Order: sequence, then C-alpha cells, then structure tokens
Amino acid sequence: MSVKAAVISEIQQIASDNKRSLPPLTDDLVLLDSGLDSLAIAILVARLEEQLGFDPFSESDDVAYPVTLGDFIRFYDHAAQSHGVDSRQPG
Amino acid sequence: MASIRDSLGNTPAGRQRFLWGATGSVCLGDLPSGTSLGGRAAELAGRSVLVATRDQFAAALALIELDGLAKRLIVCTPDLPPEHLPAVVAKAGVDAIVSDDDLVRSAAFHIPHFTFHIPTEWILLTSGTTGAPKMLVHSFASLTAPIGSMLAQGDDVVWGTFYDIRRYGGLQIFFRAVMGRGSFVLSGPGESIGDYLVRLGAHGATHVSGTPSHWRRALMSPEARALSPRYVRLSGEIADQAILNALRAFYPHASVGHAFASTEAGVGFEVNDGLEGFPASMVGAPGDVEITVVDGSLRLRSARIAARYVDGDSAALADEDGFVDTGDMVERRGDRYYFLGRRSGMINVGGLKVYPEEVEAAINRHPAVRMSMVRSKRSPITGSLVAADVVLKTESDPGEARPDFTREILQICHERLAPHKIPATIRFVPALEIAAAGKLARHA
Repeated sequence: MSVKAAVISEIQQIASDNKRSLPPLTDDLVLLDSGLDSLAIAILVARLEEQLGFDPFSESDDVAYPVTLGDFIRFYDHAAQSHGVDSRQPG
Repeated sequence: MASIRDSLGNTPAGRQRFLWGATGSVCLGDLPSGTSLGGRAAELAGRSVLVATRDQFAAALALIELDGLAKRLIVCTPDLPPEHLPAVVAKAGVDAIVSDDDLVRSAAFHIPHFTFHIPTEWILLTSGTTGAPKMLVHSFASLTAPIGSMLAQGDDVVWGTFYDIRRYGGLQIFFRAVMGRGSFVLSGPGESIGDYLVRLGAHGATHVSGTPSHWRRALMSPEARALSPRYVRLSGEIADQAILNALRAFYPHASVGHAFASTEAGVGFEVNDGLEGFPASMVGAPGDVEITVVDGSLRLRSARIAARYVDGDSAALADEDGFVDTGDMVERRGDRYYFLGRRSGMINVGGLKVYPEEVEAAINRHPAVRMSMVRSKRSPITGSLVAADVVLKTESDPGEARPDFTREILQICHERLAPHKIPATIRFVPALEIAAAGKLARHA
C-alpha cells in the first residue's frame, strides 16, 4: 500500500469510528476542516506509526506542522523515502 | 488588594479595557457600577456560590462580581459530568447557584455599591482518579501570588487563552488580564480554534496562552497567521523542544515561554530560555517558590499552593515541610531537568486527564477480554495518547477474530468514555505482567 493510500484509509477508518462524514479528501483540504479534530489527527499519526513503522513528527525537533492533507502526505512521503519505504507503488 | 473589583480601575488614561466574549463584550471599567446578576447580587453575599455557566464569558462576569462578596466561589468546569454535581454541592456546602440564563443580557442593572469585602474562598475542581472531581480550596492571595511581576505589563496588552478560565491555567490568565492594565479575549463555548484565532487577531491579542496541544492545533490552522503575538505561553502539559521551536519559527517576534503549574501546587515556575525542561540551578534555589526533587518527583513549596481539599478527609495536600508532591516525574541530564510524565500513570491527552483504570474497566466489559492494561503512548500532536494491551480469554486463532474484537472494544469505549479516553491503539498480547502485590505491573 502506498503511503498516500495508507493515510487516506486510516482517515476514513477514524472518521467512521467517530461516525463523522468526510469532505472530499483533496490535497488542499485543511486537515482540521476535514472533520478530524487534533485528537483524531493524533490517533491517525499513532496508527500510521504502527502500520508504516515511523512517525515523522518525532524524528526532528524542527517540524513544520502540516496544515493541508497534501502537506501531511508529502511529509509522510518524504519520511518514507528516508526510511527506504517505497511510497510510489500504488495501493 | 482585597478583591478583583478593586483592580478594575487600572485603566490607563485615554484607554478603555475590555473583556471580549464570543457573543458579547463589556468594558472592564464599567463593571464596578453594574451587575450581571440581575439585581440579586446582594442575596449572594456571604453565601457559597456555585458558578456553573455554559459560556465562560458569563462565568468571568460572575467571578469578578462575586469575589469579595461570596463566602465561597465554587468554579464549575464546563465538562463536569452532571452525576458529580450533587457531591460537589454537598462537599462545598453550596447554597446558591449562578447559571447563565439571561446572565449576560441583564448586565445593565444597577445595584448599591458594596461597602464590605470578605476574603472569598475559591474552590477549583480538578479531575480525580475515580472521575469524581477533586475540590481544592484557594484564596484570592494564593491565586494571584504568581502574577506580581506580570502586572508591570504595558497598557496595550491584550490577553487570550485557549484554556477555559474555569481551569487553573485559564484562571491564571484571567487574573493577569483583569488585574493588569490590558484587555482579554475569551473563547466561546464550542468555538473552533480557527474562529477564535481570527477573533484574537481582530482584537490585536498580544499575550496568548495554551497547552502544547492547543498550540500544535493552532499551528495546523490556516488562521494561525491572523495572530501576531508578543508573548506565547505554554503550560498544562510537557512542552517539548519541537513545539517550542515551531512557535519560535512561526512567531519570530514573540517570546515563547513555558510554565509549570497545577491546581494543587499553583504556578511553580516559568522557563523563558526557549529550551524544554528547566535549569537544574532552579532546584534548591531560594525564591518565592522552592523546588525540590525527591525520588524523581518534583515538589514545590510556595504561597501559591492550595490551602487544602474541601473535604478534609482527602489525602493531605502538602508534606510536613509544606511541600506539595506534584507527582510529575523528572530526570536530570547534564545541567537540566526534563519531564518524564506522571508517577500515577495518569495520562495527559492534550491537557485532559485519563486514568488507566477507567479505560481498562470499559475494555474489560467485552466478553472475550480477560484483562487489559492501558498505558501512555507519546504523541507529537497531543503529548500523550491512550494505548491498550489486551489479553483475550481464549487464545484462539490470532488472525481471524481480532479485527472484530478491536472494533467491538472501541465501540464499547465510545459508548462509555469521553473521546480523549478512547484507546488510539489496541494491541493483543498473550499475557500481562502482575507485580508482587497482585496488581498489574505498570511501567512508565
């Protein structure tokens, strides 16, 4: 599964757990406008860490907190490359 | 200074000071000659008054008006579960309640000027192990002791806080704002962080406080650019280096400081060097607050600590030397101390407390669960999260049933627990370690 697909799938699962509906998950969607609050985003980061084996937020003291879904996926893609995880392969 | 009302005259010449709520505002200088209590303030004199409002703006007006008038002010947190209210009322001897039906709209009544001041006891609520709140007795003196140096602030200071003023961290900002020379912007009930950031920007907020989790969320909001603070304050959770660096980079003109405070011990200290943790030189140094570290836990002694628990039968607040054990574990590395977390195992999710036992109790309701242990998992977003290790009754086929069990356990948790208490991750393990005393072996 690509990093992007993993992110999208976890977001959908968390929204479903919380019985929330999601807007279209486009790159320019502001994460906090997606229906996920910061607790949900924290859970997203924790579950992605379980699935992908890394948490890019905790790897540096200098992180720019992502605002949009596109920022978030790029942040994970970038970390995936440095972890040797192939992020390009589709689903 | 005996009460909040005495400080409302601190209006610099040619300026007005305001208290801005989400739905209304007042000029602070007008408050001594008006009332928000519908002409009934005099009936509350000498009483033990529970301030239980939906909107913290209404609470702010009532607290200003009743300090020095009521015998006791019991400050009800906005999320107090209703089932605990009777116990709060009984323990604190509440004999009057201020609620916000029409409280704000009737702000124009004129009542006779009060000619007496009594030292009001402030009762603050903080969540306890069983979910029932712990009730701490503070005084005007203990609550305002930390803010002496902050009153020398400029005339143009506008405070804001992501906290609710009915929690200790927010109440500190309330006192700094109301007793200083500036104005204050309050968030509204249910107001989004983005909308609040826009209002903070519109009112020119200069001094803004919140937990590290509040600030991470603010930085993930496009509206964070609406704000241009001179002072950014973090408290209520461990401030890690990442959030301190991110705030310094995002608000280059602001000084960024973090504070240690608790409802029990009051404001311990403020750290303004931009680094996480605190300098080891602060430990054992003389000052308004004395700091010691005993068995790895931070202990504080000062005039800022609460007087006692409201029902004297709670565990003693301070040791015989007057030190409060904060239960926050610290570790010295080089010339600095760093925070490790809570000794009690209490998990701090974005400034909200979770006791592992209450989550385990929910998980253990699932018929297939033999036992569970809830632990803290570090989160770069909320500081900590709840993680659960679960032992099933029958070690059946591992692969098959478990996804369903995860969903079912989460479903039970959703029905019984507040969102921040629901496990972020559930791991199925073959066994859990039991310590000699027959209790789960909990590790930090």
